[in-house]
Amino acid sequence: MPKRIENVGCPYCGVCCDDLVVTVSDDGKKILEVENACAIGNQIFHHATSEGRIKLPRLRQPDGTYKDISYDEAVDYAAKVLYNAKKPLIYGFGSTNCEGMAAAAKVAERAGAVLDNCASICHGSSFLAIFDNGYPSCTLGETKNRADVIVYWGANPAHAHPRHMSRYSIFPRGFFTGKGHKSRKIIVIDPRHTDTAQVADIHLQVKQGYDYDLFDAFRTAARGHEIPAEVAGIKREKILEVVEIMKKARFGTIFYGMGLCHSDGRNHNVDIAISLTRDLNDYTKWTIMAMRGHYNITGPGAVWSWQYGFPYCLDLTKKDIAHMNPGETSSVDLAMRDEVDAFINIGTDAGAHFPIEAVKHLKKHPWITIDPNICMASEISDLHIPVGIVGVEVPGIVYRMDNVPIQYRKVIDPPEGVISDEELFERIHKRLSELEAEETAKGPAKAAPEGARAEE
Amino acid sequence: MKTVTLTLTNPSELFIEGQNITPDNFAGRKAAEIAALDVWEGKQKSPLGKYFTVEGDGGATAEETKIVLRGDCTRVKRIGQQMTAGEIVIEGNADMYIGGWMKGGKIHVKGNVDSFCGIGMEGGELVVDGNAAHHLGSSPRGEWRGMQGGVIRVAGNAGNDTATFINGGTIVIGGDADIHISTHGEGGTVIVKGNAKGRVGGQMVKGDIYVYGTIENPLPGFSMVDEVEQEVDGETARFAHYIGDLGERHPTSKGKTVYANLYTKL
Amino acid sequence: MSELLIRNGFVFDPLQGIKGDRMDIGVKDGKIVETNALSSPKTIDAAGMTVMAGGVDIHSHVVGPKVNVGRLFRPEDKLFKSPHKSPTCNRMEMGCSVPSTFKTGYDYARMGYVFVNEAAMPPLHSPHVHEEIRDTPIIDNAAMPVFGNNWFTLEYLKNNEIENNAAYTAWLLRATRGFGLKVVNPGGSEAWGWGLNCANIHESVPYFDITPAEIVKGLIETNEYLGLPHSVHLHANNLGNPGNYVDTLESLKLAEGYAPKNDFGRDQVLHLTHLQFHSYGGDSWGNFESRAKDVMDYVNTRDNLTVDMGQVTLDETTTMTADGPFEHHLCSLNHLKWANVDVELETAAGVVPYIYSPKVKVCTIQWAVGLEIGLYAKDPMRTFITTDHPNAGPFTRYPQVITWLMSRAARDATMKTFKWLDRTIDATSIDGIDRELGLYEIAQMTRAGPAKALGISNTYGGLAPGMDADIAVYALNPEDMPSDPAMIEKAFARCALLVKDGIVTVRDGEVVAEPAKRTVWVDVKVPENAQVQRDIYEHFLRHYSVKLDNYSLFEEHLHNPRVIEVDTTQ
Repeated sequence: MPKRIENVGCPYCGVCCDDLVVTVSDDGKKILEVENACAIGNQIFHHATSEGRIKLPRLRQPDGTYKDISYDEAVDYAAKVLYNAKKPLIYGFGSTNCEGMAAAAKVAERAGAVLDNCASICHGSSFLAIFDNGYPSCTLGETKNRADVIVYWGANPAHAHPRHMSRYSIFPRGFFTGKGHKSRKIIVIDPRHTDTAQVADIHLQVKQGYDYDLFDAFRTAARGHEIPAEVAGIKREKILEVVEIMKKARFGTIFYGMGLCHSDGRNHNVDIAISLTRDLNDYTKWTIMAMRGHYNITGPGAVWSWQYGFPYCLDLTKKDIAHMNPGETSSVDLAMRDEVDAFINIGTDAGAHFPIEAVKHLKKHPWITIDPNICMASEISDLHIPVGIVGVEVPGIVYRMDNVPIQYRKVIDPPEGVISDEELFERIHKRLSELEAEETAKGPAKAAPEGARAEE
Repeated sequence: MKTVTLTLTNPSELFIEGQNITPDNFAGRKAAEIAALDVWEGKQKSPLGKYFTVEGDGGATAEETKIVLRGDCTRVKRIGQQMTAGEIVIEGNADMYIGGWMKGGKIHVKGNVDSFCGIGMEGGELVVDGNAAHHLGSSPRGEWRGMQGGVIRVAGNAGNDTATFINGGTIVIGGDADIHISTHGEGGTVIVKGNAKGRVGGQMVKGDIYVYGTIENPLPGFSMVDEVEQEVDGETARFAHYIGDLGERHPTSKGKTVYANLYTKL
Repeated sequence: MSELLIRNGFVFDPLQGIKGDRMDIGVKDGKIVETNALSSPKTIDAAGMTVMAGGVDIHSHVVGPKVNVGRLFRPEDKLFKSPHKSPTCNRMEMGCSVPSTFKTGYDYARMGYVFVNEAAMPPLHSPHVHEEIRDTPIIDNAAMPVFGNNWFTLEYLKNNEIENNAAYTAWLLRATRGFGLKVVNPGGSEAWGWGLNCANIHESVPYFDITPAEIVKGLIETNEYLGLPHSVHLHANNLGNPGNYVDTLESLKLAEGYAPKNDFGRDQVLHLTHLQFHSYGGDSWGNFESRAKDVMDYVNTRDNLTVDMGQVTLDETTTMTADGPFEHHLCSLNHLKWANVDVELETAAGVVPYIYSPKVKVCTIQWAVGLEIGLYAKDPMRTFITTDHPNAGPFTRYPQVITWLMSRAARDATMKTFKWLDRTIDATSIDGIDRELGLYEIAQMTRAGPAKALGISNTYGGLAPGMDADIAVYALNPEDMPSDPAMIEKAFARCALLVKDGIVTVRDGEVVAEPAKRTVWVDVKVPENAQVQRDIYEHFLRHYSVKLDNYSLFEEHLHNPRVIEVDTTQ
């Protein structure tokens, strides 16, 4: 009998749908059906039991090929790379659980590494704004139950967060919003006429790169001051109309995406959006939320904040105190400036996401990829360590885009012998401690990792 | 005043963090003791003397100590961080955080500096003959008490985010400035003698900004009120006077609302 | 397991009425035993020193989402303010007003504390709370879910359905692995969902049509119906505003006529927390004044009440509370960054940095109000030392608070730094109080009293045989107390010895071991209740954004539990 597993969390995006139903074959080895998920979430589950999964760590050979090695050998290699580097960088964590993130932090602290997550190239600018200006927010259920005005700014959930609008914002009927879509006003602010803009009552086609100016106009108008006849390509009358809608809302939420936090000015666009949200709370209730990308990219920000007080870009190289300053300790900056001498890519694909110059610099030094799948990073690595897929093969806690923790389940076992990120990092930590003890016993003779370097 | 000369003779593979390179730390120390001070290259802590040759002893106090850095310090961070007195001359370029959290004394960089120089500055003087990158005289992440005092002079251009959360002191940029000047400012003065790209004075509560050239994209929250003649940095000129950011909160003083002032040269 | 004999210390154990007698304390297998039960103990000489049970904190914000927002959004709270890692500890210690979980555990241990009750757990976020508990070393933690704005609670209490509310409460305690009933600005935080507040305890909650007074009374009845270890733990309405002592007295009076019903030795039906923030007179910041005496006069006459201080320590800190409207109000006063987290169907939270400056009159009056509460207390078993960490100051300032309570000279020295000393003296009665508390009273206010009020005094807060071997030794000789108050502070900041669960954990102020910590929670057995089950099902189907089956904490996310069982079906 195939087994139906209910209330399964989806390891795709920050919406963290936790209502999936997964049907697994009799022998527990094959995923037969995934219900309720969007097309992308569906694919992640089916991919897990497809052909071609990597089941053993692979070490680069002198001829450029990969050779399978044991987990013990891979752990030893990784520990020695971390141990010998002056400033190793451990980056990624978009797709793993919080248990793995906590274990990785233990390794980074022991090894004296820089620890960073994908927010560094994504919503890191939101963190900068939060540091400077706070974050008046709410959980997604609040928006569902109360909101009568929804703003999507520089976000296109129709494509990036497929079930966001139906679960939380535009369409659901909540406690005080029994009429669902009919009771809500939808405003989309985006230079493009996106599929999300299609469902908007008002679409403000802001001139690309002028979001800050438009926010300034909103704030200025909200305080009753004159504004120019046109700002950021939007006519004064339209700005005043939207300001009135915002002030008269019962409960509003601004959802913003990379279109805001990565257009010119980055963190400042988010910062002034926060200021506008504050201002509106003098009249009524407004909240703001970042449309976080991966299902658990909010996780490392939570875990490392309680462990060190910083959500990303943690320089732990001093081993006794943590330092954070994005612009200096952020992965791409470190790579572009050639500040690090070893790289671990975990649960993301820096090979695909980083600028080519950054990748070239990183490639001068040992590069290890920890990922269930073959990706660009794994193919240019010196060592690729496969791990179980969180949310499919490994359970654990993840944080939704609104910082709500969701407990994920596993639906099948990982391929035989494949371990979790958490176990892998715990083993690297143990090996690091042994190396330290060996050094203390032997003096400073270093144990160099054995293996060939991938071609640059 | 005694002079300690550091010459970078054995450059690092990565970057050096040299927060110990200050007159405060060098004062009262002989050359050999200075060479034994810690600097960091990643997780590796080493004596300063591993990278630099050290000539001359420190003075009795920070005030009586001058440090001259020679060789290419492009990859040396944090020189003069938290210094309270004395003098530092960097003959060429230097990296980040030069004069960060500086309280007094003078730093003169003859080349360019990278980002975060003069951040959290409370007093003293930082002079850069070349360009400065981003976050010049800005506030550290999350800190609402930005630059409190002192003077920063950059002869060349500055990057973005100059003077964020500035509370006091003066920054003079001889060339152009990129986006975001005095964002969230609550005091102090920024003078840009070239052009400014945009977002000048956004979310600003109080303080003054002068732009001699053009502002490519002025903010809608600034409104022109009059024309004034003022003496700025030793020369008198006429300026158009704007107040703002009208979208931001503003305090009242003696019954009158206090705004930030933006002056553009006529 | 090893045996310990702590010899010749001056023992202060209010639970047994021991007032500084020179005694030996025996430890075997993690428990306190009679000394004659030991065979070959390791002996620790405590001669000339003070011996108390490990400290118990009844109210502190140490783990969970809003604490973590406080950490995340204040990088400046770490810059140049974090200590370097101790070579004897496993992990780094970052932060100042909102320390990392590791620093929290280590610093409490250094002060001789072993149990900390997290003051507010948003139920939806309980997995987060338990993750942080896992990463907080040494100290045992409990966490109180918040009820005062919970839609189930409001609906049941509006209809006076105590039995249903009790069944829901039992379910929620189990779902979150929670400890007791926390109530924050009852009704007001729900009103904040619309940007509103409940200005007093008789103002109705929008839509739900119930008053804060009715919520508090209903929850007291629920709590005693269930017979929980702890009482209702109330953060009253109208926190922080001039003139709010009127609301506070009204809130306290809600407990009149209720008697405790429990098997845990608890005598109160209502704990009103951080009383300092609720004892203000005047009607503006201009004529702001202390009303601590009025409030304490009432508390002193009512045995069914306990309170804690919420002492302002005059530091830069980070305020954080489920009182969402208050934090918004605070941000409009000081204009600093503001974080807000409204939690669906349950609660709200806000976080704002705050600087309590000795140069600001309101701050120095607040300082005096807190100490007046401690010094006017007739029964130190019912008045506890807290700073509402980190709201009125970080918990690391407890040693300073203890010193202020124990020494008039210490108070005078602090008052000398006030810019508005005369006005502070005029607006308070602090200058007229000569009382100096003794070590026995401090033991009452920091371990015995809180443990009794939490209903855990059979395990924590005392040194009787059979209790956990949690023992703090301070380098203070009660027969030769230092004349310099700074020495008292020093002794309480870094204990000479902390034994936790029978393991020597702190020695000479340094953490030397990190024994496994526990999660303490209350499991209440109630009769099946079909209506409540249906209500839970309905709300999760329609209004929550997570599935019911994913809401309750999975067993694997509960760490080293110690369960306190309550059976109402007997």
